[in-house]
Amino acid sequence: MSEHSSGVGQRGPSHRWTEFGVAVFCILFGAITIIGSVKAGSGWGPEGPKAGFFPFYIGVIIVLASVVNCIEILMQSDDGQLFADWGQLRQVMCVVIPTTIYTLSIPYLGIYLASVILIALFMKWLGKYPWTKAAAVALGTPFAIYLFFEKWFLIPLPKGPLEDLLGL
Amino acid sequence: MEEIVNLFHGFATVLQPFNIMVMVIGILLGVIIGVLPGLGGANGVAILLPLTFSMTPTSAIIMLSCIYWGALFGGAITSVLFNIPGEPWSVATTFDGHPMAQKGKAGEALTAAFTSSFVGALFAVIMITLVAPLVAKFALQFGPAEKFAVFFIAFCSFIGMGKEPPFKTIVAMMIGFALASVGLDSVTGQLRMTFGFTHLLSGFDFLIAVIGLFGIGEILLTMEEGLNFRGKAAKINARVVWETWKELPRYWATSLRSCFIGVWMGISPAGATPASFMSYGIAKRMSKSGKNFGKGEIEGVVAPETAAHAAGTAALLPMLSLGVPGSPTAAVLLGGLLIWGLQPGPLLFVEQKEFVWGLIASMYLGNFVGLIIVLTCVPLFAAILRIPFSIIAPVILVLCAIGAYTVHNNTFDVVMMMVFGVVGYVMKKCNYPMAPLVLAIVLGDKAEEAFRQSLLGSQGSLGVFFSNGLVGTIMMLGLIALFWPLISNGWTWLQSRTPKAAM
Repeated sequence: MSEHSSGVGQRGPSHRWTEFGVAVFCILFGAITIIGSVKAGSGWGPEGPKAGFFPFYIGVIIVLASVVNCIEILMQSDDGQLFADWGQLRQVMCVVIPTTIYTLSIPYLGIYLASVILIALFMKWLGKYPWTKAAAVALGTPFAIYLFFEKWFLIPLPKGPLEDLLGL
Repeated sequence: MEEIVNLFHGFATVLQPFNIMVMVIGILLGVIIGVLPGLGGANGVAILLPLTFSMTPTSAIIMLSCIYWGALFGGAITSVLFNIPGEPWSVATTFDGHPMAQKGKAGEALTAAFTSSFVGALFAVIMITLVAPLVAKFALQFGPAEKFAVFFIAFCSFIGMGKEPPFKTIVAMMIGFALASVGLDSVTGQLRMTFGFTHLLSGFDFLIAVIGLFGIGEILLTMEEGLNFRGKAAKINARVVWETWKELPRYWATSLRSCFIGVWMGISPAGATPASFMSYGIAKRMSKSGKNFGKGEIEGVVAPETAAHAAGTAALLPMLSLGVPGSPTAAVLLGGLLIWGLQPGPLLFVEQKEFVWGLIASMYLGNFVGLIIVLTCVPLFAAILRIPFSIIAPVILVLCAIGAYTVHNNTFDVVMMMVFGVVGYVMKKCNYPMAPLVLAIVLGDKAEEAFRQSLLGSQGSLGVFFSNGLVGTIMMLGLIALFWPLISNGWTWLQSRTPKAAM
């Protein structure tokens, strides 16, 4: 299921340059790892290798391997392949943006209310379902989760003002 | 003989009513996970891991391993009925399974797939019963250098034998190691790479990474396409099952060969996906009806399913006996064991006998129960796939968030899950493999500890990794695995030159 490709002829960000960007991001990640390890001590102390000894070399390998990836990308000719066309990216963003808002709202709303809103809007907005159907799934799922996690397996989930109001 | 006695003790543990119930629930959940788009074995086990926190370790691992068996079975349902491989290892099953379904033989294809899966898994479990204790006894002689060498061979296999570009595999794996080293250093007790963020004090939990990379990442990939399922109806009745079972013994040679391929690939740890493809390829080449493969040949279903299950099950052998998982799902199970304070590896067989043999016994029973459940419930599971993605997707997202939260009861982890999800989506699209990244997060601490202890003993000399025959041999095997593409290309080049030179 993970094999997805975007055809030539459509519009969107280039696969080659996105791949290059990811490789550059990995170089930055490697550099941050090296800096963090040097701060923690990357050499040899009286008790043997210091805390940053192992991650220091990990960081170096990330940088070197990513540089090789960058060179490989630059040496290949551009076949015009897209990372994804704009329509596909819009679809992806339709999930990324609401889910990000959902994850950020959990500490304030609690997981149940946030989940009701996410499922209802997702079904109404993307699935074009009537409110009645969306409400049934949106209320039914958190209720089942509540029974399953909190009542059956005694695992507390984050609650917000609504749960406080209901005394849950 | 001692193993057989221990195994019977294991059966006594598993056959308690609560454990049987947990087993059935686990298989049902696993099949649903295998059937649902956007979920996989590793992710499903990770999301449902918190459910087991209130259980005893034995019951918990029975449930999780049964989710694993169920997910392995579930992949075949989507492959045959919908031509959608629910899991990567089910891709080869679509080649002949779906054409069979199109010819109106969905029942036969599914019966062959499930039975072959059962045979493959059973063969691998017998191997685990006989071999794992011996490997564990042998591994008791291991010092830190030997332990690191075992980790080394596992990681080198991913680089040299994976299908992704080796330098991308290296980067993904090293990112996993770097993430594993964030937080408290287990050797010196010093904080490292937290850069002043208090949220990073406890480091990155592998479960958060798994849920984000696999769960959210897969949903984002699926959202690109927009799924419209059009599946074939499937009815399995006793007559179809019996007729198919009567036909299957004709393919005993294919089945046995696939069992060996699967077990080898599971232990190595190349995994279930290459095992299924290799088994299908060899069966196609060696079968009398090889030219009919791809048109709906039952042997084309038997070969990949047997090998995939044998590999998936055999991946637990190195996890139990050496503490090195052979697959991402085995890595998640290993993480689960660590959460319960159990240390996978050779000592597990000595210190936690009841647990180990309970798990091995549950593998026998779990696969048997799984076979019965999938044979009887196929129409029900097929119906799940008819639920539109716009309903399933937000429910999966909510389950992912709950799974991430319950690891440490921390909402910051839910945000991190989302970050991992987006990173996973981009990296997957750029052909970076996620399995080595997750394995490195799980094993990073242990590999580093073994590496540093080895160096401490040798005063910093890397010669410690070649200081005796055992560690030297394991390291050499690791290097061969690492440079395998170069070695095999060189061999092919030499062979192609020899006749020319002779002329």
